[in-house]
Amino acid sequence: MLGKTANGLFWMSRYLERAENTARLIETGQRIALTRLGSGDEEWTSIMKTAGVLSGFMEIYDEVTQDAAVDWMMRDHGNPSSIQSCILGARQNARMVRAAITGETWEAINATYMSTKSILGRRVSERDLPTVLSAIRQHTALVRGMVHGTMLRNDIYDFLRVGTFLERADNTARILDVKYYVLLPSVSAVGSSIDNVQWEIILRSVSARGGFRMEYGAEGGPQEIADFLILNRRMPRSLAFCVGKMRSNLAYLNADLEAPSDSQKLVAELNDLYLSQDISAVFEFGLHEFIQKMLSLIAGIAGQVEKDFRFYE
Amino acid sequence: MWGTDGQLCPPYRGFYDWFDGEDLTRLRKKQRDADDLFRLTGITFNVYGKAEAEERLIPFDIIPRIISGGEWHRLSRGIEQRVRAINAFLHDIYHNQEIIRAGRIPEEMISRNAAFLPHMIGVKPPGGVYTHIVGIDLVRTGPGEFFVLEDNARTPSGVSYMLENRETMLQMFPELFSRNRVQPVQNYPTDLRRSLAASAPPACTGTPVVAVLTPGIYNSAYFEHAFLADKMGVELVEGNDLRVVDGRIAMRTTRGYTPIDVLYRRVDDDFLDPLNFNPESSLGVPGIMDVYRAGGITIANAPGTGIADDKAIYSYMPEIVEFYTGERPLLPNVETWRCSEPESLAYVLDNLHELVVKEVHGSGGYGMLIGPTATKKDIAAFRRKLIARPSNYIAQPTLSLSTVPVFSRAGLSPRHVDLRPFVLVGPDKIHVTPGGLTRVALKKGSLVVNSSQGGGTKDTWVLED
Repeated sequence: MLGKTANGLFWMSRYLERAENTARLIETGQRIALTRLGSGDEEWTSIMKTAGVLSGFMEIYDEVTQDAAVDWMMRDHGNPSSIQSCILGARQNARMVRAAITGETWEAINATYMSTKSILGRRVSERDLPTVLSAIRQHTALVRGMVHGTMLRNDIYDFLRVGTFLERADNTARILDVKYYVLLPSVSAVGSSIDNVQWEIILRSVSARGGFRMEYGAEGGPQEIADFLILNRRMPRSLAFCVGKMRSNLAYLNADLEAPSDSQKLVAELNDLYLSQDISAVFEFGLHEFIQKMLSLIAGIAGQVEKDFRFYE
Repeated sequence: MWGTDGQLCPPYRGFYDWFDGEDLTRLRKKQRDADDLFRLTGITFNVYGKAEAEERLIPFDIIPRIISGGEWHRLSRGIEQRVRAINAFLHDIYHNQEIIRAGRIPEEMISRNAAFLPHMIGVKPPGGVYTHIVGIDLVRTGPGEFFVLEDNARTPSGVSYMLENRETMLQMFPELFSRNRVQPVQNYPTDLRRSLAASAPPACTGTPVVAVLTPGIYNSAYFEHAFLADKMGVELVEGNDLRVVDGRIAMRTTRGYTPIDVLYRRVDDDFLDPLNFNPESSLGVPGIMDVYRAGGITIANAPGTGIADDKAIYSYMPEIVEFYTGERPLLPNVETWRCSEPESLAYVLDNLHELVVKEVHGSGGYGMLIGPTATKKDIAAFRRKLIARPSNYIAQPTLSLSTVPVFSRAGLSPRHVDLRPFVLVGPDKIHVTPGGLTRVALKKGSLVVNSSQGGGTKDTWVLED
């Protein structure tokens, strides 16, 4: 496969994953605003921080409001991580690798693009927001389904998967990075409603309320949430799960090589040193420091994948 | 569809029986469905100079253009003859130039021609093939009367529309294909791959590796490049994926550099090699011409083939065909005045209002004058351009083109069309795909079929007789 094609596949799936994550974050934000439990604008600030789009926002807007935040995250072409930009990026990359993906996958991406372009053609009112977000997520789910159901399990598929899980791991780490303090043990806040709202935000941002209760029962607290998002290998958005998938897909890609590639080594190291312990060790290390470490290791893996597979030169 | 005597043309009989029983409302819906289908599959072309948003659909008309097997048989023999002559001509002008010595073409037509590529002098392309893919533009003026309007010997485009138009028709009107025996076009990508592989260079060992070279996703025909690579099952590469490695052209894969044997390039000569041609080009591969001359790669079409489809050379095609095949040309040219010749120029200037005047190196329907429909002002402006640079122009009569029906609000309406059949040339085989791309001028009375000027396309059927 061409290095350029691998690059296109990797970014196509990263953009799709990011679009979906942004949609989920906006949903979370609106939900919080509706229940009026949090202070709305602060929540949007933190949500934009999670999506990594706050500094760009502040260059254009003077204050954070729901309308402006939603518009920035959904439609603004000036924001490279807005849903609109991500879907466009996914489609550009899909066009570039058109010959590598199946017709069905291409058509699903193109349909996602056409429909997103039309529904995000103008400002989305608060009333329409839930319908619009759910339509976008249905579309990206359809793409995922087409990839799953029609693509050969070969290196093309592996690059798509590596991109998906790298982006997802990054996203989960970011959510934790912005919200880590609400998971820190603190005697006074335990059981207070503030905390419950904050925990709820975290679980909602990863679509995992139901899964969490299934795994930890109704009594789960901050430590369990941290465990769920970081170390749980059944939770499809946890760091351990995503890193595990990256590990196996990189292994398929290198199946015929004698020695593991540098990116494989980095993933193995991340897994063995940081994700093969129990959650108390993470808290001992320092939750914040741990997450910072994760973010930088994930970025390092992305750079190494790019080099190992000659994405550019 | 209807002859001059008002009778239904025979190849349309089966179609018309069906059409007559159809409800217009249903067909209107089908027309809309077809548009949606094209939009979804992304069969678009980019408009130059416009942003991402400007991917356009070429309008598709659901009424097929139908050609009888007999008519096609005669036509394809003429096409084959012409393509054989074009290849012989290219070989000759880059070698001994017998045709000039024989006085059949003036020497300056070649030596002063911008499309003549001195780098190709004395080069023998692998398998002796210059034009691996040719598109011959034809117009029809009456039963069995086809004229060649233009030869496309560089990088003819449009074949993806030929294939997708058929695919769309099969999906929308399967019943039509069980009533009419239509010759298939779907083998084109397989035939293309085979034909390209058959012209592999001396350096090729084992199964030839074929790749399609595109200028990139912003090129107007990018869809087609990706489409052909996909259907052939070969890599789609850009200049920055390629470099010279050990005397071969190699592509950067995730595992290092892999040599390519046959490069189907959709990049113009001028941009192919910054070391040998335009130094500003980032679309090509530095040094590819040297590799080519040393037999390290096949470039399809060969560099320098543009000399054969130049509009000034076109006027010599009847002589060219006769000179190399020793036969009378089976397909006539449209009468052409070369404005470089004083008598012709005088005639053209006197008759601008009824002639079509074209730039020698123009394409896409730009820079031409259509006398009968032009305003006085247009004609006056064009007259000045013509006098300033006569050798830049040729002129042709406006032919009374036959029409075919298109689906319009009122049902069927006649419109002018042309036809571009696609020809594959291998070292010992020429293959003409039955049918081709029919382009249609959607405006009533218009003669301009170019997609950049509002033309559309339709499926082209060649019936089994």
